[in-house]
Amino acid sequence: MKIVIGQGSCGIAAGAEKVRNALINYDIKDADITIAGCIGMCYLEPIVDIYDGSELTRLVKVNPDDAEKIAQYINTKDKAYIENLIVSDEDSEFLSKQTRIALKRCGIINPEEIEDYIEAGGYTALKKAVLEMTPEDVIETIKASGLAGRGGAGFPTWFKWNAARQSEGDEKYLICNADEGDPGAFMDRAVIESDPHNLIEGMLIGAYAIGAKHAVVYVRAEYPLAIKRLKRAIEQATEKGIIANHIFGSAFSCDFTIKAGAGAFVCGEETALIESLEGHRGMPRLKPPFPAQSGFWKKPSNINNVETFANVSWIINNGGEAFAAMGTEGSKGTKVFAVTGKVKRSGLVEIPMGKTLRNVIFDIGGGMKNNKEFKAVQMGGPSGGCIPAELIDTVIDYKALGATGAIMGSGGMVVMDESTCMVGMAKFFLDFTAKESCGKCIHCRIGTKRMLEMLTRITEGNGKDGDIELLEELCYSIKDGALCGLGQTAPNPVLTTIKYFRNEYEAHIKEKKCPAGECTNLIAYRIIEDKCKGCTLCARNCPVNAISGSVKTPHKIDSEKCIKCGKCCASCRFDAIIKA
Amino acid sequence: MQTVDLSLLSGVLDKYASIKGSLITILQKTQDIYGYLPKEAIELISEKTGIAASEIMGVGTFYTQFRFEPVGKYLIMLCQGTACHVNSSQLILQTIKDELGIDDGEATDDGLFSLKCVACLGCCSLSPVMMINEDTYGSLTPDKTKKILKELREAAE
Repeated sequence: MKIVIGQGSCGIAAGAEKVRNALINYDIKDADITIAGCIGMCYLEPIVDIYDGSELTRLVKVNPDDAEKIAQYINTKDKAYIENLIVSDEDSEFLSKQTRIALKRCGIINPEEIEDYIEAGGYTALKKAVLEMTPEDVIETIKASGLAGRGGAGFPTWFKWNAARQSEGDEKYLICNADEGDPGAFMDRAVIESDPHNLIEGMLIGAYAIGAKHAVVYVRAEYPLAIKRLKRAIEQATEKGIIANHIFGSAFSCDFTIKAGAGAFVCGEETALIESLEGHRGMPRLKPPFPAQSGFWKKPSNINNVETFANVSWIINNGGEAFAAMGTEGSKGTKVFAVTGKVKRSGLVEIPMGKTLRNVIFDIGGGMKNNKEFKAVQMGGPSGGCIPAELIDTVIDYKALGATGAIMGSGGMVVMDESTCMVGMAKFFLDFTAKESCGKCIHCRIGTKRMLEMLTRITEGNGKDGDIELLEELCYSIKDGALCGLGQTAPNPVLTTIKYFRNEYEAHIKEKKCPAGECTNLIAYRIIEDKCKGCTLCARNCPVNAISGSVKTPHKIDSEKCIKCGKCCASCRFDAIIKA
Repeated sequence: MQTVDLSLLSGVLDKYASIKGSLITILQKTQDIYGYLPKEAIELISEKTGIAASEIMGVGTFYTQFRFEPVGKYLIMLCQGTACHVNSSQLILQTIKDELGIDDGEATDDGLFSLKCVACLGCCSLSPVMMINEDTYGSLTPDKTKKILKELREAAE
């Protein structure tokens, strides 16, 4: 029997390493213990898969204390020992309703052993490409697949590869953007931690297609486990002669480097990424020239996102048409989404384009936590927008999502309920983009600051008539004038929240009220006399002594002293304190 | 003020000083050694690479990873990503501020803890999340956060 313990960053944060150690220490006979990466059922971590031949029993929310039960099951094969740990049929649907291509092997194979990857069919696509296909054939196959950039721009991948191929010069670079800076997105992290060889294979195929001899991955610094696993994968692939001169005996040679980012969201923009690779401040360059003509060290370069590369080996092995058979007219294949926020089942969802937001959030995601009302879903991070409940049946397609004012984005999908203030969300994103602005162009450097100032005023109860119109004017001006994608898309969260939640802006400005009850300056905590038992717990927890009352008599909050921290409400055991 | 032992940097500089484009790598390895970027180290890097110290400072200050002051034994990085925000990361921030008496960018007087609010760590399903040095802690509640800080303090004693 084989015991596979999920060891992605989320799993480890949930205690998976402790589970692994407990199982190893238990010294279970007749079972090999190994690891896998992240299967994407994050809300159920730690996850332990037990294989009896090919029969899989999946255990979820496993604790180190469960090691004994697992040992007993292995010894007796009696599932009664582990019954309460077995994943429910309902939760199994989270995976069974997905179509996995980029995430195919994630959470299944051991990411630290190249043999596992090879046994699962790995590197056959690379072999096929370099021995049986010309670079032009590879580009044609990618063209037939309709694969578009998964980092968010959705630009046809074949076009970029072809442009780099057509550029003159024999010194070219194939670069992978693993900077994944969008808050709420962790698709790329899962791929690198769980199936790093798939990324290497996709990149080598890309390098072959464009005529590059150098492949470089730029991984953000905040992903230490991903960097560690990728480094190991590169070492193993090099030892095996896959990253080499004359790969598989062909004329194609390629070296492979990994470079870590240093914490700058703007370095997800391809020209800023190149600047960072060159050891400079990550400040974007004007385009044209495009990287395909003048990129890393001014040489022709092609930059693609991790997920884009993660689809390549499948496309080469199964054909472009097979990939294009999935999806819509303008959006082919599958897309990975990181579904988080107020949803019951939080994790990674890979589905064909053409499904709807409702499919993702409700059918697969299980709907809203705590039976609250679905209010909006934020897609595309700080470059994206908030899609309201009435548009839940929007099709997942680059154009259809763009028509709402949001974007497909890299895949982050943050689900919100009635307790999320949409003006507060816009402010949250501007706080992020204003900090991350590189400062090079006035529209972004000053524009984002001004938007943030206005949104802060509005959420603090100091909004003025005319603020909404001025915000809109500022947004369009920034979109027109900013140098790069960061600035050009920074206004999107503001524009979409104004479009769909104008009433909330108006309530903040005209009535000085926050309908969601989130903006601290615009809410007040109140004790309901009838419910208050006078236990004094709230008064003792209040950091500013704003609550008065003697034991067993209803207490009262002094609104002048109250700093709206919410500790009283959180500590009350009788639901006697409300947010008004 | 402690003297900085610059001999610790020689291995890194021997390997990377002459490779173009390596400045960020050099700064990262320098910070791995000292825990921050000492002024003396920047001057030595400038000398060996030929890159002006002002340019090195320009690069160092651009990226949030780099620090110019020593940090506590435990660097708490509290995620400010969207999912964490929606799942009340502000409450965790307040808890840490109350427990340790420090704000974002500050260190405790005993040098044990430093706090830094950081951009999304990519562990969104377990929001709210914090990293302390290389360890990730998820599904945080105020009580869980207090417990983690207490355990670390006790381990250090």
